[in-house]
Amino acid sequence: MPDSFYYLLQQLLNGLTVGSTYALIAIGYTMVYGIIGMINFAHGEVYMIGSYIAFIVLAALALMGIESLPLLIIGALVVSMIVTSAYGYSIERVAYRPLRGGNRLIPLISAIGMSIFLQNLVRLAQGSRDIAMPNLVRGGLDIGPTTGFHATLSYMQIIIFVVTLISMTLLTLFITRSRMGRACRACAEDLKMTNLLGINTNGIIALTFVIGAALAAVAGVLLGMYYGVINPYIGFMAGLKAFTAAVLGGIGSIPGAVLGGLLLGVAEAMTSGYFSAEYKDVVAFSLLILILLFRPSGILGRPEVEKV
Amino acid sequence: MMRNLKPALISAVVVVALSGLLMGVRISQQGTGLALTGAGPDVAMKIAAAALFIFLFNLFRDQLTALWFKVPALPRTPAAFSILAGRPAVRRLFWCFLIAAALIWPFMSNRSNIDLATLVLIYVMLGLGLNIVVGLAGLLDLGYVGFYAVGAYTYALLAMYFGVGFWTGLAAAGAMAALFGFLLGFPVLRLRGDYLAIVTLGFGEIIRILLNNFTALTNGPNGIGSIPKPELFGLEFSRRASEGMQTFHEFFGIEFNSVHRVMFLYFLALLLVLLTLFVINRLLRMPVGRAWEALREDEVACRSLGINPTAVKLNAFTIGATFAGFAGCFFAARQGFISPESFTFIESAIILAIVVLGGMGSQLGVILAAIIMTLLPEVARQFDEYRMLLFGLLMVLMMIWRPQGLLPMKRPHMELGT
Repeated sequence: MPDSFYYLLQQLLNGLTVGSTYALIAIGYTMVYGIIGMINFAHGEVYMIGSYIAFIVLAALALMGIESLPLLIIGALVVSMIVTSAYGYSIERVAYRPLRGGNRLIPLISAIGMSIFLQNLVRLAQGSRDIAMPNLVRGGLDIGPTTGFHATLSYMQIIIFVVTLISMTLLTLFITRSRMGRACRACAEDLKMTNLLGINTNGIIALTFVIGAALAAVAGVLLGMYYGVINPYIGFMAGLKAFTAAVLGGIGSIPGAVLGGLLLGVAEAMTSGYFSAEYKDVVAFSLLILILLFRPSGILGRPEVEKV
Repeated sequence: MMRNLKPALISAVVVVALSGLLMGVRISQQGTGLALTGAGPDVAMKIAAAALFIFLFNLFRDQLTALWFKVPALPRTPAAFSILAGRPAVRRLFWCFLIAAALIWPFMSNRSNIDLATLVLIYVMLGLGLNIVVGLAGLLDLGYVGFYAVGAYTYALLAMYFGVGFWTGLAAAGAMAALFGFLLGFPVLRLRGDYLAIVTLGFGEIIRILLNNFTALTNGPNGIGSIPKPELFGLEFSRRASEGMQTFHEFFGIEFNSVHRVMFLYFLALLLVLLTLFVINRLLRMPVGRAWEALREDEVACRSLGINPTAVKLNAFTIGATFAGFAGCFFAARQGFISPESFTFIESAIILAIVVLGGMGSQLGVILAAIIMTLLPEVARQFDEYRMLLFGLLMVLMMIWRPQGLLPMKRPHMELGT
């Protein structure tokens, strides 16, 4: 195989890694949109908070002398999911619930305010400088010839794939099999009717915010460890990208969000691999504009698609 | 009260979960590793106090609501006063007073205050422009700063490469921003409100990234410096005239004073603001302006009445962008230096906050809000750190308690007699 093939493979792997975390964040947008038809603008900040909590927990566990990698990752995941769940719940209570039912612009503006508030809260509490963490997971699998150019699938990338797969499987099981999942689907179908049938729709809406926030925390932990650098401003871009992914796949559809995330990740990796890394953000937005132009419902966004 | 015990406990626990780790522990870089420092007992006390407050608030919320209804409402403005204030002649008089005050004021103030007032006027202009898009046409535009940047860079680049003067630059900047508004609006205005918001946000970011990376043309993050200042009919405001020019103080035979330039910039900004106000008020009385408002209220009804929603949105977007272009050009001329740093999303958010705070659609509200938003950070210098935090909080609270803004717009309406 020629070198260019392995180069392409490497870009593909990098793209899928980042893309799968975009997918996790995008699910949060798509679920909330599916039920109340609004964009949770503060979702990117939840992801950022997830990253911060993960760094704090990892540092704390390391100080306690815990070396075992699975324990570290699970600890970071659990704590950061709990904390971001609280954030998701509070965002819904403060910035969305009191404003539901009015002009559509009003919750959006309050969510922008919430996003600015959270970003600055973290900036004040944790400082605005970059925080870098040494790589916890080193090494990887080489694909291709041992000598010369070859692609590498790092262990961190494998962890990202595995954790993402597990979270998505759990989410799918929850949505399709559990009683609450059914209530979620019913709410997405018809909120008012579901309420009339005796389901606590307020609770379900809060639940979608919490699930979205928890998934964003998973992405925050994974991407934080993958890149190794965080600052209070990472949420803005990540939120925009994930929103693009959600729209790309068809907002309201969970499989669509996953597909959109992966596609966006690959598109970005290809741009930075073959063109220039500076323009990868431009690619994301251009993709968003093009999709909205030619297929506003997204790839999988058909009216009859299952929404949550 | 007991009924509220459980929710109250839950909310107290949520508060602790929200703040415990994020506020209580500070992570920092130490060499290549990370270090954790626990915040002092004062932070722990604050978190506990916040949790207690939320707990008590939720526990007694029924009693508090009852108490709230017992508080007498604020005295309403007497009907005679509102009728008087609503008269066109009175309103015109009020505007005349406002303009007269704005004209006299710089002669009684000092240099730094005039400079600050010029900044306020730039924001008034931006607010009025965005008000067309957000307040009147009801399209949430989060990338407004992109057009501002286009205007500023148009003038800066024309001046740098072709030596174009301010007044030509102003026209070019407006036209360029309008072109961008038109080109962007064309594809995206078919979208629903929240999609539009995100796409415009993305557009604003694209412009900033492009300005940052087209180093050959825009000088990248280093920005463009020594942008020529505006001149008055060929008179310069500098100590010595450049070749073939005359200075203001020589022409009028007065002594050179650098405050003249600051005052000139102020009057120029005032002129631009008045022009903006005039144009918008004329437009509002034209079919175009009526269509904007009608579209905001009910798109389906508009469509059935034969108004083309896309065309109406497009011209709102284009006209809004034009004013941003003017403001950008003036900003570039006033600063003398611009870089992509000045055109971040937060600037868009501030302009949006001005429109929202003032009351969407209300022009007097926008002016008042622009003054508040610009002066507040100057007054509250010691809270500088908390400025953006409070700003975000204000946006949320404003939407909850007074979504119509400080001075809500008076909609033309008619009462049906019974």
